[in-house]
Amino acid sequence: MEPINLTEKTDWQFIDQVKKESLQDPALCYQCGNCTAGCPYTKYFDYPVSQVMRLFQTGQKETILNSRSIWLCATCETCTTRCPCEIDIAHIMDVLRIIARRENYVSEKDVKTFYDSFLSSMKHHGRVFEVGILMGYNFKSGHLLADADLGPKILGKGKIHFLPTRIKGRDKVAEIFRKFQEMRKNRV
Amino acid sequence: MSEKEYIYFPGCSLEASAIEYDMSVRKVLAALGVKLIEPDDWSCCGSTPAHSVDHVFAAAVAARNLAIVEKMGASTVITACPACLSAFKKAHLRMKKEEGFKKEVNAILDEPYNCGVTAKSVLQILVEDIGPKPVAEKVTLDFPDLKVAPYYGCIINRPPEIMEFDDPENPMAMDNLMTSVGVKVCDFAFKVECCGAAFGVAKRKMVNELSSKVLSMALDAGANCLVVTCQLCHQNLDLRQGQINNTMGSSFNIPVLFFTQVMGLTYGYSPQELGIDKHNIQAEGLLKTRRPVEERIKEEQEKAKAKKPKAKKAEEEES
Ligand code: SF4
Ligand code: SF4
Repeated sequence: MEPINLTEKTDWQFIDQVKKESLQDPALCYQCGNCTAGCPYTKYFDYPVSQVMRLFQTGQKETILNSRSIWLCATCETCTTRCPCEIDIAHIMDVLRIIARRENYVSEKDVKTFYDSFLSSMKHHGRVFEVGILMGYNFKSGHLLADADLGPKILGKGKIHFLPTRIKGRDKVAEIFRKFQEMRKNRV
Repeated sequence: MSEKEYIYFPGCSLEASAIEYDMSVRKVLAALGVKLIEPDDWSCCGSTPAHSVDHVFAAAVAARNLAIVEKMGASTVITACPACLSAFKKAHLRMKKEEGFKKEVNAILDEPYNCGVTAKSVLQILVEDIGPKPVAEKVTLDFPDLKVAPYYGCIINRPPEIMEFDDPENPMAMDNLMTSVGVKVCDFAFKVECCGAAFGVAKRKMVNELSSKVLSMALDAGANCLVVTCQLCHQNLDLRQGQINNTMGSSFNIPVLFFTQVMGLTYGYSPQELGIDKHNIQAEGLLKTRRPVEERIKEEQEKAKAKKPKAKKAEEEES
């Protein structure tokens, strides 16, 4: 594995923040590399997951939050399942992604745009409406024809709904979104 | 058989692009005398996008549904979707463990969730509550040519502390279920390897590459069909199989069925009743090979008879 360049000064505050939000202790990691060996996305990450752990131990906030790895992690739970030190690594990756989103570091715009499109569908209808998500994504990402080739494969098979299922309690789901925003404001 | 009753959470995909998974779950469980009750006005579990925002938020959108189930007076909810299952289990366990977290989640819910509901997969109740014998007794048709690679995907039983079912590295629940209904199972090394998950739209090439490994490993194992428990795996492996071929220059043409569809086929349901005609890769060739299970039993008896005299002879010689 390539040595990593620790260009930043250790950001102790960042380490504390991630520790607090994830309830995980990075000091337990002895860099065995087991997580990286099993991670199906190692090939696509700019920093393999064990290096993300090292960057976390050494408080390299900018490098981590700018990394593509935290957005490409699929939460497949392989690393968490196999870590000999019982660190919930997938949960740490999740927390890093959450912080990146909150602080507007988005290295993989398309991934975030897709998630946003999903959430917006959920907020408006209470359940997600797949065609709506795809259209929302294509529009916002600028990839107007993403997955257009799949249309003919499912058309006429009764799988596509052209109108969303709207639940009665959709205002209650929207209410969760609203109350959460409020809670977040008060947190800061 | 005594009637069993469960609260069943279909989830958003099983209402639309994976409607055939829902159809086959309902058919198979009905055949086994299980009654399903759908909670009124359920909402999206939040899946991956919700936990990319915040954990309190993610737990709240999942727990809204658990609270509905709780209000119905039930202590178990079942779902066929691994993403819903994982969202429910994560929300439930963390709320149960951390009082502060529970308070925060309940503060943004209209009805509080009091941590009284256990989520289980359809696969889990088939194994634990119904069992191999009743599952086998419903079989009327035999599939002599079918050889399946059981593909579990990444999250249905991982991490083990949260999912609390089967082995996280070498799960066997679906293998055993397939064997119970008389279907041949391959030794498949990629049972829990990731297919690319929810990145199909935003990162298509990456997903195609990951899925192609799963398909080629299944072929190497000698399978002529994959069986899955997850509609996202199904989408990546079946609906995107043409994309995979374009991206990888491969020529895969291998059917991917939900495990409940395979069970339904052995129970005598037609492919249409199980929604198999809705798939991208058609399984017609394989489906034609179904025959009454009596034929197999007769064959086996004949084989046994042919062997017996020899065995007797050997015994006689020994004594
Ligand atoms: S498996 Fe655990 S101990 Fe080993 S490198 Fe990864 S996080 Fe560190
Ligand atoms: S959870 Fe993320 S980091 Fe861990 S193995 Fe899976 S993709 Fe890699």
